[in-house]
Amino acid sequence: MKQLNKTNLGWLIFILVAFLATQLLVSFGIIDAFYEITLMTILINIILAVGLNLIIGFSGQFSLGHAGFMAIGAYCTAIMTIKTPTLVGLFAGILLGALIAGVVALLVGIPTLRLKGDYLAIATLGVAEIIRIAILNMGSLTNGAAGLSDIPYLTTWQLAFIFVMITLIIVVNYIKSSAGRATIAIREDEIAAESMGINTTKYKTIAFVIGAATAAVAGGLHASYFSVIRPADFTFMKSIDILIIVVFGGLGSVTGSVIAAIVLGIINVFLQPFGQLRMILYSLALIAIMIFKPSGLFGTKEFMISTVMKKQKTKTPTKKEETK
Amino acid sequence: MSLLEVKKLTKNFGGLAAVSMVSMELNSNELVGLIGPNGAGKTTLFNLLTGVYQPTEGRIDLEIKGKKQSLIGKKTYNITDMGLGRTFQNIRLFKNLTVLDNVLIGMHAKNKVGTLAGIVRTPHFYQSEEKMKKEAIALLTIFNLEDKVAERAKNLPYGEQRRLEIVRALATKPKILFLDEPAAGMNPQETADLTALIRQIQRDFEITILLIEHDMSLVMNVCERIYVLEYGRMIAHGTPAEIKNNQAVIKAYLGGE
Ligand SMILES: Nc1ncnc2c1ncn2[C@@H]1O[C@H](COP(=O)(O)OP(=O)(O)OP(=O)(O)O)[C@@H](O)[C@H]1O
Ligand SMILES: [Mg+2]
Repeated sequence: MKQLNKTNLGWLIFILVAFLATQLLVSFGIIDAFYEITLMTILINIILAVGLNLIIGFSGQFSLGHAGFMAIGAYCTAIMTIKTPTLVGLFAGILLGALIAGVVALLVGIPTLRLKGDYLAIATLGVAEIIRIAILNMGSLTNGAAGLSDIPYLTTWQLAFIFVMITLIIVVNYIKSSAGRATIAIREDEIAAESMGINTTKYKTIAFVIGAATAAVAGGLHASYFSVIRPADFTFMKSIDILIIVVFGGLGSVTGSVIAAIVLGIINVFLQPFGQLRMILYSLALIAIMIFKPSGLFGTKEFMISTVMKKQKTKTPTKKEETK
Repeated sequence: MSLLEVKKLTKNFGGLAAVSMVSMELNSNELVGLIGPNGAGKTTLFNLLTGVYQPTEGRIDLEIKGKKQSLIGKKTYNITDMGLGRTFQNIRLFKNLTVLDNVLIGMHAKNKVGTLAGIVRTPHFYQSEEKMKKEAIALLTIFNLEDKVAERAKNLPYGEQRRLEIVRALATKPKILFLDEPAAGMNPQETADLTALIRQIQRDFEITILLIEHDMSLVMNVCERIYVLEYGRMIAHGTPAEIKNNQAVIKAYLGGE
């Protein structure tokens, strides 16, 4: 089967190694209960950043509404698992959240994605606020500003890891397909893309919907791991936090988003002892990186197993020559 | 009827009639020239024909399977899908993408693989990717760009960028191809080579090409028919020999200098 080609096998091994390495760190207590919170935050942030990068970095549409879609997933999962505190409830909640977020993104996207740049940013910001205010006013279902607590703990980092992989596979496969190339073409030059026969609104909307659905998945994991959610967790500031990860890693690089989520997660741990000073140091670190690498850590570059394997191949013969 | 029929097409920008009461016809399988001094409205006419601008007045009809279809009010991507391809006077490649990706994007609309098939990677997806790549490389080879497949478009020399734009437009499988000054900025030798190539692909692909070109002598050599625009009006139309001796054309070109 074509699906089991060398590249995909390479990725599979890479993912297993990453998983086992994390598992070892946890088993040996290097990642203790405290650091597990950081690990979960990183995993959730990877999903959020990769989804937002698809919208901003690949389709070129500036959205500031990611926290709104995250909120949909969080509340859906919370409500579902409080009623059905099992893994089935969790999966149903996450799936329903992703579905609702996707539908909302579709309804919002079709009219707003015709707007350009700043206008789109403001429109998506508005949408996220509407979602948050709707949640605030849904009575006993969402419990208003106090939010929901005692959400059953059903998530483990292993489960989050699997969701990260599913998100990565969906987003990367999309980007590396014909539809994905059409989406990137819109970012590069919208008029030229239209002249190539590409229905630009359609592909902007698809990217927006996939991004929104993955944000809901992240929200679901967040709710079920942290057990408490309030509308205040999903404000404009949350969208900005995610945007920072995306820009820091590089607009248009999935690898960048993953690495940025990890690096910023770890920086936050090291800044923990500084208390109030933390936010200032964090901001300074961001400013420094943006000055020295304005296109983010990775620009639009990607880490690719296939290039690594090619390098291995070219290395081997030279070694043989040396032994002669 | 002819393949494309334009009747009394007009486009006003505020008080300026950039294109005014223009009528023209394109038949299948011919190479037609469109000339005129700076600001005559040539690019605007292309933008009207491809749906980038909506005309103030007039008709554009395309013959599809023996039936007339109006292009007025249609979106650019629909018009491309109906068989009208184009290049841009100010090159508009997908600069940061590879040469190959530029051509593959041109093929996307006619490539019937669903978005979902791409995400779950069905066997059909892999087959169509391979087929598209083969076709893309075959097209690039015609334009001597096969060695540049992995190069980013922005890193190509100017002349090659112009050629890549033509390849990308051909990738949409057009029936009619609009080329907006494809030889702009090239030296005389490059221009002559490119013009010969345009002539050749018009014949090989059996398509209709409408070619905007500043250099009148070049158009005279390759085009079967020529339209002449001046101040938004179609001032002449005919064979190269007729255009050469047309008083209005001579005045437009000499008067402009
Ligand atoms: N979007 C626009 N808004 C206002 N005026 C425009 C617009 N586009 C073109 N024009 C004007 O319309 C006229 C025709 O321009 P056009 O670009 O079609 O000329 P052209 O024949 O292609 O010239 P050139 O040989 O310089 O490319 C010019 O006076 C131009 O300034
Ligand atoms: Mg022009």
